[in-house]
This record gives sequence, C-alpha cells and structure tokens, in this order.
Amino acid sequence: MMRRYLLPGLAVVIALSYPILTAATPVYQRLGALVLLAAIGASAWNLVGGYAGQVSVGHAVFFGAGAYAALAGYTHFGLPPIAGAPIGAAVAVLIAAVIGVPTLRLSGHYFSMATIAVAELIRVLVTNWEWVGGAQGITGPAVPRTVLDLSFTSAMPYYYLFLAVLAALLFTTWRIEQSRMGFYLRAIKDSERAARSLGVAAGRHKLYAYMLSAGLTAVAGSLYALMFGFVDPESGFGILISVKMLIMAALGGAGLLFGPLVGALILVPLEEISNSLLGGKGAGLTFVVYGAIIVIIARFLPSGLLALFRRGPRQKPTESEQRHAA
Amino acid sequence: MSSILLQVIVSGLLIGAVYALFSSGLTLIWGMMNVINFAHGDFVMLAMYTAFIVWTAFGGGPLASVPIAAMTLATVGILSYFLLVRHIMKGPMLAQILSTFGLALLLRYSAFWYFGANFKTLPDTILGPPFVFGPIRIDAPRLLAGTVGLLVTLGLHLLLTRTALGSRMLAVSEDATAAQLMGIRPERMQAIAWGLAAGSTGIAGALIAAFFYTSPTVGETLAIIAFVTVAFGGFGSVPGALVAGLLIGVLEALSAYLIGPVYKDVVVYALFVLVLWTRPQGLMGKA
Repeated sequence: MMRRYLLPGLAVVIALSYPILTAATPVYQRLGALVLLAAIGASAWNLVGGYAGQVSVGHAVFFGAGAYAALAGYTHFGLPPIAGAPIGAAVAVLIAAVIGVPTLRLSGHYFSMATIAVAELIRVLVTNWEWVGGAQGITGPAVPRTVLDLSFTSAMPYYYLFLAVLAALLFTTWRIEQSRMGFYLRAIKDSERAARSLGVAAGRHKLYAYMLSAGLTAVAGSLYALMFGFVDPESGFGILISVKMLIMAALGGAGLLFGPLVGALILVPLEEISNSLLGGKGAGLTFVVYGAIIVIIARFLPSGLLALFRRGPRQKPTESEQRHAA
Repeated sequence: MSSILLQVIVSGLLIGAVYALFSSGLTLIWGMMNVINFAHGDFVMLAMYTAFIVWTAFGGGPLASVPIAAMTLATVGILSYFLLVRHIMKGPMLAQILSTFGLALLLRYSAFWYFGANFKTLPDTILGPPFVFGPIRIDAPRLLAGTVGLLVTLGLHLLLTRTALGSRMLAVSEDATAAQLMGIRPERMQAIAWGLAAGSTGIAGALIAAFFYTSPTVGETLAIIAFVTVAFGGFGSVPGALVAGLLIGVLEALSAYLIGPVYKDVVVYALFVLVLWTRPQGLMGKA
C-alpha cells in the first residue's frame, strides 16, 4: 500500500521543493519554470493531438492569441497582463470553433497541412497588423505598477504559478481520460469510421477537444507573455512554437497523461544547454538536434518514451488498421 | 491590357511552371503512398544551395548546376525513402507526420547553421541581358526556368503515363499487394518515386536559384506553395499540378502587383485553406 504512493509522493515533494533547493542558482529556478511552461503547452496540445489523434501543427495560433491578448490589453488599455489571459483564451476558443468545423473534417495528413496553412496565414496577418505592433511585436510593463502585474525578477513566483496551472490542467486531462469523452476520443483516434459506426458523434467530440485544447494553449501563451513581457509574431505564432508542443508530447508519449511533461523535462534543458554552450550560432543547431530527435522518435519510438514502461502487450497495428491508416 | 499587367502575368506563368515542377514531385509521392512529404520545400531549398555552390564556387552555369542539383536531390530522396519513410509507413499516423516533419527541420536548420540566415542572391544578369518581346522584358533566368519547368513537368507526366515504368508505378499505387504478385517490387517503385520527386525539386531549385532569394527558411514558403498546388490540382495528379502551378504563379504575381507584395502569401495561403475546406479532393481531383 505504501509503495504505491511512494513514487508519486516523491515526485510531488521534489516538484514543490525544487525552487527552494535551487534558490542559490537562479538559472536552475528559471529552467524549472520554463520546463513547466513548456509542459503546459504540450499537455494542452495533447488533448487533441494525443488523445484524439488529430495531429495539429498549428497550435501556435492559440498560443499567440493568448500571448498577444495579455500584452495588447496592457498596451492599449493599461490592464495588467493577467487580465488579458481570459480574453485570449476566449478568442482562442472562438478561433478554434471557426476553423475547427471545416478543418476537423480532414483526416491525417490533410488535417496537419491545413493547420500549418491556417497558422502561417495568421502569422503573416499579425506581422502586418500595426495595432499589435506589426513585425516588432509588443511589450508588457517594464516595471511592475502593482503586484497585479505579476512581474517578478525571481523565477520562483512563476514556477509556483506554472506548477499550479499544470496541476490543474493535468487533473482536468485525467478526468477527461476517465470520462465517456476520453473513451470517445481514443476510439476516434483508433478508427474514426468504427467509432462513428458505433454511434460516437465523432465530429462534435473532436471539436470539443479542439476548443478545450485551444483555450488551454492560449493560457500557456498568456503565461509566456507574463514571464517574458514581450512577444513578436515569430515567438507567438511561429511554426516552431507549434512544433515544440508536438515534439514534447511525442517524445514523452502522445495520448498519455504525463507524456508531455516527460518530453518537456528532457527537451527544455537540452535546448537551454545547447543555447548556452553554442552561443549565438546555437539557435540553428538547437533545431537541428530537435529535427534529429523527431526523426528518431518517429523511426524507432513511435509511441514515445513512456510507452516503454507501460505494462501489458505491446500494441501493434493489425494489417487492416494499417490499410485504414494509409 | 496594359503592358505592365501583361508583364506581371507572363512572369507569373514562368514562375508557375517551376511551382508545377516541384509540386508534381509532391503529388507523385502522395498518389503512390498516401504520404505528404513535409520536407518537400526544404528539398527545393537544398537544391537552391547546391546550385548556388556550383555557380559561385565552381563557376558552373545552369548546364552544370541543374543536373548536379537533380542528381544530389534524387540521392537525398532515395536515401530518405530507404532510411526513414519505408519504416514509418506501417507506424501510427503521428509517426508518419513527424518523420518528414523532423527531416524538414533537420535540413532547414542545418542550412541555417552552415550557411547563416542571410539571403543569398545571384545577379539578375548572370545569364546575359533580359529578352525583350514587344512591350515586355523577361530576365533570362526566369525564361529559362519557366521553359525547363514546363518541359520537365510534361516529361514527368509522359514518363508516368506512357512508359512501362510508369505503368508499374501506377500498379503499385493502386494495389501494392497485387502488383507484387505480378512481379513488381513495390519498394523499388516507391524508391524510384522518391528519387523522381526529389529530383524534380532538384531541377526546380537549381532553376529558381538564379533569381529567387536563397535562404534557409525559403523551404517553408515553397512547401506551402506545393501544398496549395497539389490540393488545387487534385492529390496525385501531375497534369492537375501543372495547371494549378501556372494558376498559382499568376495569382501570386497579380496579388503582389495589385494588393502589395506582403499580401501575396496571404492570398495563396487563404486560397489553400478555402480549397481544403470546400473541396478536399482538389478542384480537378476525383471525389
């Protein structure tokens, strides 16, 4: 009985005490916060990309909406950035509803292509939209006016904020996983045709998952804007933002509760290390490494790292499933 | 019709022929294997750098750069097939999408790291003075690119429809198991398809390197152009890609001229999204 709680308990204790243990080295505190932030984005993507199997490569749209809403609210109306977060989430859910209805009818590669195109379209439009700073992007408050601006020099407050959001997000995901909706989504992922024939309203449930995922991704964007106080079209809507969510979830295990977190725990430190070791030239090399990791996962570990530790028979698609997939 | 408008349409058609050429490669792979090569645009980027090196470091003209880029890229394509794509065909959808996507990132940022982020261009007059036809002037590299692009695309179409090799490839795309029973090796045909597809990006890239800006991220834009062309022309159809490529070239040139250069991508991307939403089988494709 005790052993069952030992490992999760230990993980919780480490997660809670991490910033205190690393109080002497702010770099590590910051790294911890960045891991959690990336895990929030990737876990949000996981709802639709992992559980429902709809591989979106355009989630940057929602991330950008959240980040821009937080900072545009400050720039134009003097609101604290956090007040923009719900607006960003609402906008993201709305965008998801509008583009989701036609896009989710596409399957497999078509869906991924369409999401890329929508994201790039919106990125170009935002780059030419002066109200949100055009190509220069927008900045948040330089000095905190009140505590509500949530602008801190230490990374510790961000760490706990992100930890709380991630915990809430994972709890929500876990509840969905256990619910009827979770079963529907996995059924759709395995074979949409079969799910439909058994009476699952596939279109509706895919859309729900997409909208929920969009809103939560916007929250990740707002939190990013909060911590960095700056966003431009590339860091908000760039294709690499979408790719990072995708690759973290895929590395840890797409469609598994802790998959994205595991992916973030590996990739974020890797990115920071390669950036600091290689300096300015490292930016390109970091993504060379990313590309290589993606190729290796796809080739050798298509179900992600966590799948290695899963009990039960290894799942292998049958001949007829392969034909369906093709 | 004003001569400027005519000029715009002609240059649109010329670049459109090149779009048609590299999009034919994408549509060929799609038609045979139901796989989208997300690295297709980056193949073109690689060809552009190859041509750039042949041109600047070895002083070779298009007669050298086009075949060298075609051979290089065909090799890259065949290697990608054997080392990567062949293995992920049986895997889950996420792995299929991730694999060529990862390849795209790998190529794009290797170029970024090696060549730097700066745009590289060759002088417009590298092939001599522009040609003048009545009221319109066309730079020699554009004329060459348009002509060769059109001819090679037609050649590819003939190869696929009029030769025994083309029939074998068609057989594999219709039913790989049945083709295998007829003594055709599906893997060999698919490898040839990858070689042809990547080879077409090699020719296209070498052709546009003479007048396009070459940068590590140019593949991203070109990939979307190829997606639009393929979606427009119908997935798997080379003639469809030809018509669509020409149309998109003209549309892009017209919107750059009439609305403004920054919006040419917007028009093309918006068109793509609209086509996918309303007619996912393509304007000229079968339902």
